[in-house]
Amino acid sequence: MHKDNQPLIFEMTKEGRVGYSLPELDVPEIDLADLLPEGLVRVEAADLPEVSELDIMRHYTALSKRNHGVDSGFYPLGSCTMKYNPKINESVARYSGFANIHPLQDESTVQGAMELMYDLQEHLKEITGMDEVTLQPAAGAHGEWTGLMMIRAFHEANGDTKRTKVIVPDSAHGTNPASATVAGFESVTVKSNEHGLVDLEDLKRVVGEDTAALMLTNPNTLGLYEEQILEMAAIIHEVGGKLYYDGANLNAVMSKARPGDMGFDVVHLNLHKTFTGPHGGGGPGSGPVGVNKDLLPFLPKPILVKKDDVFAFDYDRPQSIGRVKPFYGNFGINVRAYTYIRSMGPDGLKAVTEYAVLNANYMMRRLQEHFDLPYDRHCKHEFVLSGRRQKKLGVRTLDMAKRLLDFGYHPPTIYFPLNVEEGMMIEPTETESKETLDAFIDAMIQIAREVEENPEIVQNAPHTTVISRLDETKAARKPVLRYHKAE
Amino acid sequence: MKHRYLPMTPQDEKAMLDTIGIKSIDELFADIPEKVRFKGEYNIKPAKSESSLTKELSQLAAKNADSNTYASFLGAGVYDHYKPIIVDHVISRSEFYTAYTPYQPEISQGELQAIFEFQTMISELTGMEIANSSMYDGGTSLAEAGMLAAGHTRRKKILVSRAVHPESRDVVRSYALGQSITVEEIPLKDGHTDLDALKEMIDDNTAAVMIQYPNFFGQVENLKEIEPIVHEAGALFTVSSNPLALGALTPPGTLGADITVGDAQPFGIPEAFGGPHCGYFAVTKALMRKVPGRLVGETTDEDGRRGFVLTLQAREQHIRRDKATSNICSNQALNALAASVAMTALGKEGTKEMAIQNITKTYYMKQQLKAAGFEIAFDGAHFNEIVVKTGAPVKQLNASLLQKGMIGGYDLGLSYEEFDRHVLIAVTEQRTKEEIDAFVQEMGATHA
Repeated sequence: MHKDNQPLIFEMTKEGRVGYSLPELDVPEIDLADLLPEGLVRVEAADLPEVSELDIMRHYTALSKRNHGVDSGFYPLGSCTMKYNPKINESVARYSGFANIHPLQDESTVQGAMELMYDLQEHLKEITGMDEVTLQPAAGAHGEWTGLMMIRAFHEANGDTKRTKVIVPDSAHGTNPASATVAGFESVTVKSNEHGLVDLEDLKRVVGEDTAALMLTNPNTLGLYEEQILEMAAIIHEVGGKLYYDGANLNAVMSKARPGDMGFDVVHLNLHKTFTGPHGGGGPGSGPVGVNKDLLPFLPKPILVKKDDVFAFDYDRPQSIGRVKPFYGNFGINVRAYTYIRSMGPDGLKAVTEYAVLNANYMMRRLQEHFDLPYDRHCKHEFVLSGRRQKKLGVRTLDMAKRLLDFGYHPPTIYFPLNVEEGMMIEPTETESKETLDAFIDAMIQIAREVEENPEIVQNAPHTTVISRLDETKAARKPVLRYHKAE
Repeated sequence: MKHRYLPMTPQDEKAMLDTIGIKSIDELFADIPEKVRFKGEYNIKPAKSESSLTKELSQLAAKNADSNTYASFLGAGVYDHYKPIIVDHVISRSEFYTAYTPYQPEISQGELQAIFEFQTMISELTGMEIANSSMYDGGTSLAEAGMLAAGHTRRKKILVSRAVHPESRDVVRSYALGQSITVEEIPLKDGHTDLDALKEMIDDNTAAVMIQYPNFFGQVENLKEIEPIVHEAGALFTVSSNPLALGALTPPGTLGADITVGDAQPFGIPEAFGGPHCGYFAVTKALMRKVPGRLVGETTDEDGRRGFVLTLQAREQHIRRDKATSNICSNQALNALAASVAMTALGKEGTKEMAIQNITKTYYMKQQLKAAGFEIAFDGAHFNEIVVKTGAPVKQLNASLLQKGMIGGYDLGLSYEEFDRHVLIAVTEQRTKEEIDAFVQEMGATHA
């Protein structure tokens, strides 16, 4: 790999070069000064690049080579479900009838798009066991906040205004407590027990008449199934609270246990995880929310209805929490997810979960003698190892993660969940072959051996990447967040 | 089962079960209580082969009237613009679209540098000092601006102009509800924000004043006159701006904005029935540590080479958890990349030229409609939209336009009671003189 800097596009600029081909101006020219108020005509042009089309393509091709995606190699990033992103999805989302339609066109001219949305909702209802689904939220965290706002509206509609608290397990994703805060709740932590599951005694201690909801991922972020889910549901429902399902880990339970059947009242899904979004380098995602009957009136508006085979948006929803996003959600991502579900079918989705869980358990068993395994039981789609043993030898989990880069792998999620010391959270997904898993396992075992025999090679990793470890303190202390032309 | 995405073979399965020490995959699910265990398979449509599925879905897509087939005069926040063909080639590089958020900078320099360049381009266009890596869309970006302002000023009231996009205002209200922030709407005067009303309404509990520039009706608000009113009251001047317009208009940063937000959809991002688009969020340096979402910063590696990392993460949900002021986790990286490529292709000259084309073609439309006897609802300066009074209901008008291969404008009566029989017409650089003339002619025919 080239170890040279890739220049910024701004550094490749040469005055007078262009990379565009605008439509011809076939109407009379005007003078802006005649039309705009004084002082509102831009004087100094935005200093954007001046480069040719080939310059652009070479630049971004060079950047792409400095980036690792699922198509580049194994990406066992726990909790992120980095499965293969099918190419048919990309083709379908680019069909002109999906990509080039306007959200405010007359409904009669977009019936095909509305039919797709409706059918996707129907599929997600069956998959989650919920009564209704909205596709409006843009991402998982956005779905969490949407769900909590509905729970808030539900309690308020019952005159139940004292419910100010949302309970969140200590192993939860960081978005859970943050979403609770943004929705105006105070979040309360419930502890995990020695088995890595929610401590029921602690749950009983923290619930009360001020409980608005419990947010739960099942399986949890340790990849363990919360066996006492029905007892937990009963505890929450008994005090009048609602049960919220964070669908980040749905890949572990499709066709095995539906959130609706487990007693959840609200569910969000991450279509960019389980349903092959793709992740896009950080987004766009899509975070539909499913609800049971109690919460139906509070869904964001509009909702999509079907009458006599005609699809329409219904805005007449007096108890709705309102809009959470302009228009109808990230339609382009929803098209991809729909295409995926239709490619898999019922038997396919079942196999997805079975193989994802089989892969994770296989890796866990092969790695457990080389690293500490804090919770020794069958996992679901992911598992968490601890680097405690290696830490005692002076090598941290961060070092081992960096060493994996030398083998061409994206490392697991590290230092999460917070209740595991030196944690490494590994999620292989179902689309990886046994050969890939074995090669990764071999690399992990080799690294464990290096920690004992030659720790420097791990501590100083990575050795083969285009850049070595970066000074994050410097980045934060003296932030440089944009390019400035050298004086 | 055999499926092209599932490489498991019966031999693999057997070997893996042996390693685990179990007889069947079912044992791995034995911890799911019997009572909630789902039996059998989902009652959903059966799997389809690649070719039969593409056939079905292309037929479904063909049921929609798209802006490649029809000449679109519909805008209202989402536009049919020139998309340089190179954009799709770049974002189809799967090293970009199959990657996660760049948590491991050593193998994510491509994405990180692309975001750093995006941040720079947005800063340049808006005239703001800092821009983040992107937000979901313009509407949620504006709502986040409201939360930032309320948190920063410790005030609980937001004033939002009625000339801000109605759906964005809805989203601002939804977010404000969670934070117990009051939202009041500044009335209109001649299609602009009523500044006398603003002076009346603003007080020392006002966290932010939100103005759209150009506004929902395509009018160019005079930010120069608004800025002192806002700052005198100690509120944050929050501007929602179509970034393309800033190719020709003086940027909000130059005119004293504290926060500038908007949607980069005009730069290379398809309409896609309303999403995904690409919100942007830009602020003054004073607000740098309050920005929601991801920020990429420049630094150096151990050997002194320049590199890029996610930075100032102490602001974010995964560190601050319940103390975070925003819960945003993802951004719209792939669409930010698309916008960056489009902004790069258009570049310094093209962005300005494209913005001026929009103004010029809209002006031509305005003159032609006037000549045909139509009343333009609001005078003054326009970007790429104008409001026209119609004799017939807008729905009827649009139905006849559709017959002639055109997608008509937005029926303003749907969001403004007082603007029944008013249509908001968008004219981008994509519209030819011929199409504009045909539009005016058809409007006249229906009108008569």
